[in-house]
Amino acid sequence: MANISIQAPEIVRGQPYPGAPDNWKRFFTFSTDHKVIGIQYIVTSFVFFLIGGTLSMIMRGELITPEADLVDRTVYNALFTMHGSIMLFMWTFPVLVGLGNYLVPLMIGAKDMAFPRLNAVSFWMIPIVGILMLASFLVPGGPSQSGWWAYPPVSLQNPTGNLINGQVLWILAVAISGVSSIMGAVNFVTTIFRMRAPGMTWFRTPAFVWAVLGAQLIQLYGLPALTGGAIMLLLDLTIGTSFFAPERGGNPILYQHFFWFYSHPAVYVMILPVFGVYSEVLPVHARKPLFGYRVIAASSILITIISGIVWVHHMFASATPGWMRIFFMVTTMLVAIPSGIKVFGWVATIWGGKIRFTTPMLFALGGISNWLFAGITGIFLASVPIDIHVNNTYFVVGHFHYVLYGAIVMGIYAAIYHWFPKMTGRMYYDGLGKLHFVLTYLGTALTFLPMHPLGLMGMPRRAASYDLEFAYWNVLASIGGFLLGLSTLPFILNMVSAWIRGDKVGNNPWRAYGLEWLTSSPPTVENFEETPVVISGPYGYGRNQPLVANIPNPGLTDFPEALPATQNSE
Amino acid sequence: MTVERAIAQDIETDVQQHQEHDEAGNSKFGFIVFLLSESVIFLSFFAGYIVYKTTTPNWYPPGVTRLETRDPLINTIVLVSSSFVIYVAERYLHDKKLWGFRLFLLATMAMGSYFLYGQAVEWRSLPFTYQSGLFGGTFFLLTGFHGLHVFTGILLQLIMLVRSFIPGNYDNGYFGVEATSLFWHFVDVIWIVLYTLIYVWQ
Repeated sequence: MANISIQAPEIVRGQPYPGAPDNWKRFFTFSTDHKVIGIQYIVTSFVFFLIGGTLSMIMRGELITPEADLVDRTVYNALFTMHGSIMLFMWTFPVLVGLGNYLVPLMIGAKDMAFPRLNAVSFWMIPIVGILMLASFLVPGGPSQSGWWAYPPVSLQNPTGNLINGQVLWILAVAISGVSSIMGAVNFVTTIFRMRAPGMTWFRTPAFVWAVLGAQLIQLYGLPALTGGAIMLLLDLTIGTSFFAPERGGNPILYQHFFWFYSHPAVYVMILPVFGVYSEVLPVHARKPLFGYRVIAASSILITIISGIVWVHHMFASATPGWMRIFFMVTTMLVAIPSGIKVFGWVATIWGGKIRFTTPMLFALGGISNWLFAGITGIFLASVPIDIHVNNTYFVVGHFHYVLYGAIVMGIYAAIYHWFPKMTGRMYYDGLGKLHFVLTYLGTALTFLPMHPLGLMGMPRRAASYDLEFAYWNVLASIGGFLLGLSTLPFILNMVSAWIRGDKVGNNPWRAYGLEWLTSSPPTVENFEETPVVISGPYGYGRNQPLVANIPNPGLTDFPEALPATQNSE
Repeated sequence: MTVERAIAQDIETDVQQHQEHDEAGNSKFGFIVFLLSESVIFLSFFAGYIVYKTTTPNWYPPGVTRLETRDPLINTIVLVSSSFVIYVAERYLHDKKLWGFRLFLLATMAMGSYFLYGQAVEWRSLPFTYQSGLFGGTFFLLTGFHGLHVFTGILLQLIMLVRSFIPGNYDNGYFGVEATSLFWHFVDVIWIVLYTLIYVWQ
């Protein structure tokens, strides 16, 4: 072991800890600290998660009876449009950007993101997007009713004739969210490429960082296509060009290409960081190295590449020529290979491990099981005959909600519980966490499983009323929906109370192995007092191998496994 | 001991190199990433243009047979050569010759403005509008969106010019000028593709 002289300065910790409850006011300022911004992202988007969830519970209330009796049909259209838009643009994207923001610089041993001010600007666009989205409830004619995909010619209808209508506000909100995402992506990619600690080669970089890189690369190549399509849609809607307007000679199918060229890869923007979370959580709580780490890391990039050539599977029923259907069917099924690699890697990771059923571990295992189910129905949908059969039915809704809620939201909860002690220095209440897990897991199954038989029976999506034969499964799904609404209450109670008065558990309560656990909890302003020098790969559980050659924050002793052997002698 | 010392020195230089990952280098990397991403908007517009042009039965609006190419060609030559002019300006700045830098930057701005003026003259004389079917729409979308980028480039150059009058502003690196120059080359390359698609392929 290199005998590097380690200066042991007086540990001055005069700087305020971001995350401590006594300086909550920091979260309402234009802070450029990536940890503050990360928490700002997570909390803001969670508020929108609650709003989007409320909209979905109104929809489930409508669907608990076959007749359209709770809300008007146009209101129902607005509800599913805003539910989808808020959940994707205001919750899933930003919350994952928030987690990445918090974790990536810590995991790669950097002081901050590459562009801290740009980072803050990207965050503060999110509330603006939210205000624009919600403002569309107030304009005459109400919000957009054309779904979160905003297909023309439906999205080109403007019955009120106002220039400022729900659809225009929707496009503006999506455009601003796009600008924010691009700025975030530039920031992440630069940070990950150029700010890794010395010694952290690509195959010493944690799988979460790989996954975030893969996701942000998708943002960079995909999002501009949606921006292009949205600009053309906006021009059609406001100044009367004819790009997508069939009555003026335009081609509405082309919009679908623009839209899905981004919006299918966007699904991987959301799932990839969650894959990264699973890859981080499982080794810690199973006390084993991540099985097949290099393959799991590289498969994230493989998904990034393949996801660029699958988008037409959303358009099998949109007059797509036969050769295109076959080509995109095959490419879509190819995605199962890197995804399968990951699932097998996770299973092999926990196989024979010393599994601790902590709340984050439960959420990760639950999320992986849901992901497996969602992946299998995804293969169903990738095949052209089945897709044509269940196109526009609840089978599709059930499938992507299993991905989005079952896998992604559960993974986000796993991440929040796992890194909560890092963010706050305190421990959440385990009982409440497990109650939250049980409610969420049962709620997910009860809400989204019934949608599969409904779809196979032929119940169409986006309809406020339905035939009596669909009533049984719909009642079940509605009860599940309310259960999911209920499940957020123990979570909120847990987070708020644990943040204020949870047990102080030191810097590394999981005895986890990784750069982010080598600093204090919550980390100080620039994360590490001394730049860490990485000398081995991640997930060294049971290998008795130090992770770093120096102690980035001298004086911390909560890290028995990863400190150099020289530490004791010094 | 010597081996250990060698390793220690190795790590120390590694740390030093790491800290020399300066902000300007990050900014340049980030800016290139941004430009690559920005080019995808143009690529999607180009893809849309090709699809429209190859699938629309009556491509040109009634009364239009083809586009005038002589003036746009002059415009193209001016814009493309301005890319070399801004390169010369950058070299002058590299050699700390501020007046040469200012002169050539001003020349670049003049050439860019001439391009925009030429575009405006062409737009005014066209017999169709952005509402004239898919041809009119895509023509004005592509040239307009590109023109917006040219305008942004000229604004950036103006800012760089003004900043050159702040004493010592470019003594410790000039990432802003490099970014402006990169952006200008980007706008140029896009225009060459655009010119080929709209004017050459008729």
